Amino acid sequence: MSTSVITPTATAGGTVRPDRRRRRPVTPRSATAQIVRYGLLILFLVIVLMPAYVLIVTSFKSGREIGVNGQWTLPKEWTTASWVKAWTALGPSFVRTFELAVPVAVISSLIGSANGFVLSRWRFPGADVVFTLILFGMFIPYQAVMIPLRQIVTTIGIPPGIPTLVLVHCIYGIPICTLIFRNYYATTVPEELIEAGRVDGAGLLRTFGWLILPISIPGFVVTIIWQFTSAWNDYLFAIFLSNTRNGPITIALNALAGAQSPDYAASMAGALITSLPTLVVYVVLGRWFIGGLMAGSVKS
Amino acid sequence: MAKRRRVPLRNRLRRWGPGLLLLSPSMVLLAVFVYGLIAWTIRLSLTDRHTAIASSNFVGAKNYVDLFANDINDRFVHSLKNLLVFTVVFLVGALVLGLLWALLLERGARAEGLFRTVYLFPMAVSFVASGVVWRWLMNSGTGDQAGGINLIFQGLHLRFLENPWWTDPNWGMAAMALPAIWQLSGYVMALFIAGFRGIPQELREAAVVDGASTYQMYRRVIFPQLTPTMLSAMIIIGHMSMKMFDLIMSVSGAQWITEVPSVYVWQTLLTSDYAKAAAISVILLLLVAVVIVPYLVHTSRAERRS
Repeated sequence: MSTSVITPTATAGGTVRPDRRRRRPVTPRSATAQIVRYGLLILFLVIVLMPAYVLIVTSFKSGREIGVNGQWTLPKEWTTASWVKAWTALGPSFVRTFELAVPVAVISSLIGSANGFVLSRWRFPGADVVFTLILFGMFIPYQAVMIPLRQIVTTIGIPPGIPTLVLVHCIYGIPICTLIFRNYYATTVPEELIEAGRVDGAGLLRTFGWLILPISIPGFVVTIIWQFTSAWNDYLFAIFLSNTRNGPITIALNALAGAQSPDYAASMAGALITSLPTLVVYVVLGRWFIGGLMAGSVKS
Repeated sequence: MAKRRRVPLRNRLRRWGPGLLLLSPSMVLLAVFVYGLIAWTIRLSLTDRHTAIASSNFVGAKNYVDLFANDINDRFVHSLKNLLVFTVVFLVGALVLGLLWALLLERGARAEGLFRTVYLFPMAVSFVASGVVWRWLMNSGTGDQAGGINLIFQGLHLRFLENPWWTDPNWGMAAMALPAIWQLSGYVMALFIAGFRGIPQELREAAVVDGASTYQMYRRVIFPQLTPTMLSAMIIIGHMSMKMFDLIMSVSGAQWITEVPSVYVWQTLLTSDYAKAAAISVILLLLVAVVIVPYLVHTSRAERRS
């Protein structure tokens, strides 16, 4: 999962929300059209949920039931043995991934809000070029920096594993967080507020700290969710810069599930454990989650 | 010559100095870690550092020429072909499904929130986790050995649809795109719904007053307004596709049959062939840049105009 470009209005998650006011259809619809429409909607619902069904059902099956036959059926006897096995394999990395994703989310957001504020107010010559150069950083394939990056983090002696990954995610998260905040401030902070601060004699830093940060919460929610999810789900940086002993959960899951003859029940339980935190974030904070996604699409 | 009022340097500094202070650490970090490291990778790709031992004789474009002309079994060209098949299927699949879902939902539906939430939920799951279940779903066994989706085809009496999925040497990459489509169609849908809702209601009403049929209204009024959304969606999905790594590593592991350039870099690094890995990375970067740079320039210009 990676970046896309930003819609300022959608940044705070607004536009994608279901419209509360019902739109009256412009043209009346026939009953057949409605049946086809809901038929399709439900068909796709089933298809999209199919992998989730398989994950859940298989994770509760016992080893004997995993054979080829009856793959799609419910378990004859429900057992949590595979969950225990998966948790044993993934538990330590599960904790480590929190130690990775939480600091990344907080630090990146703070950096992003400072940058975004300055860039939304300060139209210095060449600001557009600088901003475009910043944005390019979030689209690059990270392989293009990975070889020297590995060398650098080893040379400057950052402890391998989580500390290295925190640093790396914070740096490469700068573009998206800056973008989200710049668009947020450009569309939601009235010029009068800044002007009022200036009249009161507040400098840029004071204005930022006392006037801007307190009204930045929606922006923070979006970037925190975005960075938390990216860091949690990341595999590319993890495989290049850590290993199963000190790395995040994606590495541990891949080790559990990627063996020659994997234990499917345990793998599926492991995949569910791995996905749980981001799914909880998605369900609980869905509208802001979508705000981050929209932010990926740079334009207005 | 008219006298221009110049703000004294000291005042300008007082006003913007703190801003510069806030911004500069990030600028330095990005200059070093994005552009500096890219330059480093490019330089490495022009040397003969093919082993773990440091050596860096300048060899010009030799590594690039070797990739296209002298790679064993045309491995690099093979990985580019795989990438092409994957990208085409992924792009078409995600755009068609995303647009279709948006069309089904754009004018409101019962339980719209539920459909939207479900269609978008795969976005929250990592490719590594979804790879686990998709490897199982795309079980390559057929006939008595069938599992996963092939078993469903049998149940539906659609045995002719049974296929070896990603293990097919020619079209395996098309199957590999299925999990990617599953994961990102919801995102495309969200982009399109936002696009639809940005179209003023008056436009639709005007079309109806003018006697346009529903089809004509979409064809002539709505879709032209969605061109920018379509462009964004294509660029985002397209560049993600070129970078695709996690999903392929998770579904098939690093195998020849499903190798793409991003995986090839990883495999090459395992053998400590730094120069070659760097050359592949640079080509990958160019592929992405060709798509992204015009888009960013275009967006920044459009923003300046508004």
